[in-house]
Amino acid sequence: MSEAGVLETLLLRIEAADGGVDSLETASILGVDHQVLVGAVKSLLALEDLISAELRSSKHWELSGEGTEIAEQGSHEARVFSSVPPEGLPQSELMKLSFGKIGFSKAMSNKWIKVDKTHEGGPRIFRSVENIEDQVRDKLLLVLKGNTSQLEEKEKNELKKRKLLSEVTVKSYWITKGSCFSTTITKQETELTPEMIANGSWKEKKFKPYNFEALGVAPDCGHLHPLMKVRTQFRQIFLEMGFTEMPTNNFIESSFWNFDSLFQPQQHPARDAHDTFFISDPALAHEFPLEYLERVKKIHSEGGYGSQGYKYDWKIEEAQKNILRTHTTAVSARMLYKLAQQEKFTPVKYFSIDRVFRNETLDATHLAEFHQIEGVVADRGLTLGDLMGILHQFFTKLGITKLRFKPAYNPYTEPSMEVFSYHEGLKKWVEVGNSGVFRPEMLLPMGLPEDVTVIAWGLSLERPTMIKYGINNIRELVGHKVNLQMVYDGPICRLES
Amino acid sequence: MPTVGVKRDLLFKALGKTYTDVEFDELCFEYGLELDEITSEKEIISREQGDSKASGASDVILYKIDVPANRYDLLCLEGLVRGLQVFKNKLEAPRYRRVSPLSGEPQKLIITEETAAVRPHAVAAVLRNITFTQERYDSFIELQEKLHQNICRKRSLVAIGTHDLDTVSGPFTYTAKPPAEISFKPLNQTKEYTATQLMSLYKTDSHLRHYLHIIEDKPLYPVIYDSNGIVLSMPPIINGDHSKITLKTKNVFVECTATDLTKAKIVLDMMVTMFSEYCSQPFTVEEAEVVYPDGKTCKYPELAYRKEKLSSDFINRKVGINESTETIARLLTKMCLRSEVTGVGDEIEVEIPPTRSDVIHACDIMEDAAMAYGFNNIPYTTPRTYTVANQFPLNKLTELLRQDLAAAGFTEALNFALCSTEDISDKLGKKISETRAVHIANPKTAEFQVARTTLLPGLLKTLAANRKMPLPLKLFEISDVVLKDDTKDVGARNSRRFCAVYYNKSPGFEVIHGLLDRTMQLLEVKSERGDGYHIQAAEDSTFFPGRCAEIFVGGKSVGRLGVLHPDVITRFELTMPCSAVEMDIEPFLGHPAETTLTHDVPLHEVIKHHFPSQVPNSRPTSTKTVFGDVSSAAGLKALDDFLADKSYMEGFEATQADTTMFHAIPSAPSATFSHLLRWYNHVKSFLRERANLPSAKSQFVLEEDDDDDIDLFGSDDEEDNAEVEKLKEQRLAEYAAKKSKKPALIAKSSILLDVKPWDDETDMAKMEECVRSVKMEGLLWGQSKMVPVGYGIKKLQIGCVVEDEKVGTDLLEEAITAFEEYVQSVDVAAFNKI
Repeated sequence: MSEAGVLETLLLRIEAADGGVDSLETASILGVDHQVLVGAVKSLLALEDLISAELRSSKHWELSGEGTEIAEQGSHEARVFSSVPPEGLPQSELMKLSFGKIGFSKAMSNKWIKVDKTHEGGPRIFRSVENIEDQVRDKLLLVLKGNTSQLEEKEKNELKKRKLLSEVTVKSYWITKGSCFSTTITKQETELTPEMIANGSWKEKKFKPYNFEALGVAPDCGHLHPLMKVRTQFRQIFLEMGFTEMPTNNFIESSFWNFDSLFQPQQHPARDAHDTFFISDPALAHEFPLEYLERVKKIHSEGGYGSQGYKYDWKIEEAQKNILRTHTTAVSARMLYKLAQQEKFTPVKYFSIDRVFRNETLDATHLAEFHQIEGVVADRGLTLGDLMGILHQFFTKLGITKLRFKPAYNPYTEPSMEVFSYHEGLKKWVEVGNSGVFRPEMLLPMGLPEDVTVIAWGLSLERPTMIKYGINNIRELVGHKVNLQMVYDGPICRLES
Repeated sequence: MPTVGVKRDLLFKALGKTYTDVEFDELCFEYGLELDEITSEKEIISREQGDSKASGASDVILYKIDVPANRYDLLCLEGLVRGLQVFKNKLEAPRYRRVSPLSGEPQKLIITEETAAVRPHAVAAVLRNITFTQERYDSFIELQEKLHQNICRKRSLVAIGTHDLDTVSGPFTYTAKPPAEISFKPLNQTKEYTATQLMSLYKTDSHLRHYLHIIEDKPLYPVIYDSNGIVLSMPPIINGDHSKITLKTKNVFVECTATDLTKAKIVLDMMVTMFSEYCSQPFTVEEAEVVYPDGKTCKYPELAYRKEKLSSDFINRKVGINESTETIARLLTKMCLRSEVTGVGDEIEVEIPPTRSDVIHACDIMEDAAMAYGFNNIPYTTPRTYTVANQFPLNKLTELLRQDLAAAGFTEALNFALCSTEDISDKLGKKISETRAVHIANPKTAEFQVARTTLLPGLLKTLAANRKMPLPLKLFEISDVVLKDDTKDVGARNSRRFCAVYYNKSPGFEVIHGLLDRTMQLLEVKSERGDGYHIQAAEDSTFFPGRCAEIFVGGKSVGRLGVLHPDVITRFELTMPCSAVEMDIEPFLGHPAETTLTHDVPLHEVIKHHFPSQVPNSRPTSTKTVFGDVSSAAGLKALDDFLADKSYMEGFEATQADTTMFHAIPSAPSATFSHLLRWYNHVKSFLRERANLPSAKSQFVLEEDDDDDIDLFGSDDEEDNAEVEKLKEQRLAEYAAKKSKKPALIAKSSILLDVKPWDDETDMAKMEECVRSVKMEGLLWGQSKMVPVGYGIKKLQIGCVVEDEKVGTDLLEEAITAFEEYVQSVDVAAFNKI
C-alpha cells in the first residue's frame, strides 16, 4: 500500500471509529508494518490539529530467530533424536549437522540417546527411548500463538536465558480525531523554492509550519577575546571624554622612570625583588636626561620645592636597574616630563590601558601580569573636587553612579583616594579604583609650572571583565589556559548596563 | 598596608565610647583606615591550625585594622586611640617633651669607629618611671615588631632594642667585634652562646632567620655593652637576656641602631612618643647622649616640632572648598597638626609634631585638611580642561585589524608577555642566543624567565589547552613582543606583531596564506614585487622543510608563514598538522598627520629651569613673569592678573618679594584691580616685620625692556645661574668622559649577513665580490657560504666583524644594497656582541 493510501485508509478508519483506533491493531488489520503506520501518524500530527495521538506502550514476549527456527522445526535435541535412525549414526556424522553439537548434549542429558564408544568404526549413537515429547517447541509455539500467559514466569526466564525468547516493549499510538479533523489532506511544502516564486504556485500551496523551539545553525565566524572587548569599551570611554592615548608599548622600563621619577624612595618595599621583576639582560638603562636626574636625586636625598625630601643616600645604580614596569604610571611620568619640556604649558588629558608586571604569588585573582587602566589630567588649578567630578563622570559611563572616597596612601600622590562603589548584589561598598593628585616632589623637578596640578586614577582591566563575564578564575580569561568555548559564547560588551 | 590587631573592648574603653561594628567601620573609613577583619585569637588559631589547637585560646574580639603605610604613629593601640580621640575633638594632641634627667648626667651611648663598616648609626632615649600592665607590655613589644616590619625594612635599615635600665649601668658602648669574640646569654635562652653559635642556632628559627643575612657575611658584628661588659643587644638579631623588660620594669633604655639615620630618629621618636603616655610624667622622655667616634655628641630623641606657614586660600584652592581660615585651622588641629591663625591675612601656622614624619610638604597638610573636612563632603566639580582626544596610531591600527581578523573567521587569543626560555627557543627549534630575548633576573617560576620574542608559542599553548574543541581551530593574536635594542635608553623595545595559526587534520597552508592575502588587502598592500608584498621560500627550523616562506613588503622582510615542523608540533603537545603566520605590523603604520607621542624623552633640556641648588628646604621658584612698569595701568593690570590666583608673589608665605613689589607700587591700587588690592592690603600688614621676612628666591622684573631677551634674574642670581650652568657643563663633561671611556675597550660585534640575489640567474660570485668590495674603517669581512633558499635560488651568507662605534648594520646594509643589479635584499641573520 502506498504512503498516501495508508494515510487515507487511516483517516477513514479514525472517522469510522468510536473514540479512537490503536495503531498496532490498525497496522495488523491493514497488513502493513507498524513502523509505516507510525510514520503516517507522525506526518498527520504535523498538520495542525487534524488528529491527536497518545503514546501507549505495552510489553510482550517474542521469539528470537533461533526460537522461531525451533518453533518451526523442533528443538535441537529433538532434531538430533529424529535424525538418529534405529541402526544408529556415527557420532562424527551427527556433529556435521548444524544443530548437532548443541542438540547432542541436551539429548544426552534428557537420556533420549546413548553413545556406544566401542563400536567398530568409531563412536556411534543410538536412540534410547521410543518416543519423545519436545516441550521446548511446545512452549515456544504457545508464545508464537500469543498464549504467553499459559507459561510460568520461570519457564519464560529459562527460555530467555537460552536466547530463544525476548521481552519487547511495543509502543503504539491511540489515535483520536483532532479539532480540525478531516479525511482529506493537502500535501504541505517544506520550503519555498525558486520555481514556486517563478510560476506563482506558492500562492496555492500550504507550507509546513516551522519548529520555532529548535535552535538555528551556528554561524561560522571568529570571535574577539572578552578582555579585549572590554578594553575597547574603556578606550571608547576615554576617547569620548577627550583623553589622548599614551604610547605604552615599552614593557621594559628603568627603575628611574618607574619609581624614582615618581618620588618613590629607593628602599620602598615595592622595589623589592619580591614584588618587581628585575631584568638580567639588558640589566641597566644607559641614558637619562641628566639635568632632570640631578633634580630627582636632590628631591629624594635633600628635599626642595617646599619638601623635606626623604633624606637618604640616593644612588644612580639603583635607578639604572631595568625592570618590567610595575605600572603604566612610568609612561605617564615620561609624558609629563615631556610636557614640561614644552615651550609653553598646554593642558593635557592622557589615558592608557596596557600590561604591567608584578612578581607576585599567583592565585585565582592574581597573575604576574595584568592590564592597568590609567587616566591623567594636567591643568592649572585643578582641585580634589575636580578629581572626584571626573571620576564620577568616568564611572557613570561604566554604569556606576554611587561613589565614595577613602583617604589612602601612595608614595607619589597626595592626597590619595581609594574609590569605592556600592555593589547592589553584595550589599556593600567595594573598591573599584585608586586615585590621587601627583605630589609636587614629582612634578616640580620635571619642570612643570608651580600652579599646574596633575590628577590621576587607575584600575585593573581584568577585575571589571571578570565581573562582567562572570568568570571566577583569572586563568580561564587570560593566558593560554583560556576556555575557548567561553570566548565563542561571549556577548558583546556594554559596560553601562 | 600594615595591619594592627587591637582588642575591641580595650579600644572602646580607651575611646570612651562603644561603637557598633558598622559605626566603627565608618569612622575608620573617614580617617583613612580600614576595618579589615573582626576576629578573635581563637578564630585565627582554629583557621590556621585547626579547631583542636584553638580550644582554650582567647575568644576576646579582635579588630584587625589596616593602617596607611606612612602612618607609623597609628601602628599601636595607644597611637590609634590618640589619633581618633583628637579627630573626634575629645582630646587635645599631647605635647611631647624631651627632659634632662633630674639627677645629673644623661645616659650615654658611645659609638666606636668599628661600627662604620656594618651599621654606623645609633640613637637612644630613656622612658623614666613607666608603668607596664600586661596589655601595655604586649602593645610595647608589638609596636617594635610593626616598626621592624615596615619603616625598618625588616630590620635592615633600623633595629630597635629596649632594656630594663635598672639591670645595666651606663655609659653604654656601641661597637663591632668579630663574631667569635661576642658571647652572651640571648633573650629567652638559658646559656651563653658566641655570635657564631647564635647564627647557626637561629638558622632554624622561624622568626629570626629572616634577619641573619643582614650581618651574616660581615667580618664584624654590631654589639652594645654596658659599662660592666654586659651585652644589651646584638643588633639587628637579638637582645641580651640580662636586660630584658618585664612587667616590673620601671625605667626603659631604648636604643635604635641603623644604616639610615633619618629613619632611626623617626623610629626612636615613634617608640617614645607612643609609650611616654605611661610615664609618671606623661609624654616626657628623658634624653640620652650619643657620642660619635669623632667626639661629637648629640642628644636624642629629637622630638622636633616643625612649623610651616601656609594660607587657607592654598588649601581651599587645592581641595576645591571655600572655608574660613579659622575653620581650616580647626580642621588641621583635628588631625594632630596644631594650627593657629596668625592674623596675617589668611595665613595659618601649622605645627608638625614628631609623630607625623609623613608630613613632608604643604600638600600633606592640605590632604589632612581635606580628610578632616571629609572627602565625601567635597562637592564634585568638572574641570574645564579643553583637549582633543587622539588615539595612539599603533593601537588604532591594532583595534581595526582585530575586528576584521575576527570577521575573517579567526578567534582572538590573549597570551602572557612572559614565558619560559624553552618556549621561545628549544621548543621552536631555535637557539636562545638567536632570539634577542630580554631575560628576567628573579623569576619565581619557569613560566617567567624571559619576555616573549614571538607570539607563536602562546598560540600553540592555547591550542594545546583547547584540544577538546571541534576542529579546525583558527586563532590569532595582535600584541607586543619584546626585543633587545641598543638604540633605546633601556636597551630593549616592544614590537607589535600579528600571529595566526590554523590547526586541523590537514596543514591548511592555503588557509593561512589566504589570511595573509586578506590582511594585506585590509592594509592596502598589493600582491606584487617591489612596492607590494610577495612571499618567497625560506628556511626556518620552526617550519617543515620546504614549507616555509618569508613575507616581503616593499622589498623588506616583515615575517614568515608556513607549516610547522612536526617536532615543534609534538613539543607543544599537539597532534595535528598546523600552519602559522607571524609578522610585524609596525611597518604598516603609515604617516599620521599629527605628531605621534613616543615614550622617548629628550636627553637634554631646551627649556632652562631655574632650580634652587643650595637651599634644600626652599620654596618653589616662581614663574618668570614680567609685569612691566607697575606705575602704569598696564603694569598694574599684569600684576593684578598674576595675583588672581596667588596670595603672595612667591610660594605660600610673605617674602621680601612682596615688600619689594609693594614699594614699587606708587599708591594703593584702585578697586578695579581687586586681586591686587587684596594683596596690597594684606602685604601692608607685614610692613612692621618686613626685615624679618624670608628673602626672595627670585626677583620680579618691574621695568619692561624692549629687548625680549630680558634679564629675568637679579645679578646675584645671575652668578648663581652661571654657577649652575658651570656645574651642569662640568657634569655633562664628566658624563661624556665616562661614556667615551666605555668604548676605549672597542666594542665589537660579529655579524652574519644574508644577502639575497634577484633570481637564480644572478652571478653569485660577482655578487660576493661586490659585497667584499665594501670597505669601511672598523670592518673586517669573514667567511662566506652559499645557502640554498628554494627554487634553485641561493643566498650568500657572509660573516664580518665590526667595531660598534664605527660601523652600524644600517650602514652596511645600505652599502651592499647599492649593488642593485645583483642584490635584492640584505638581512642581519645573527648579531653577537664580542
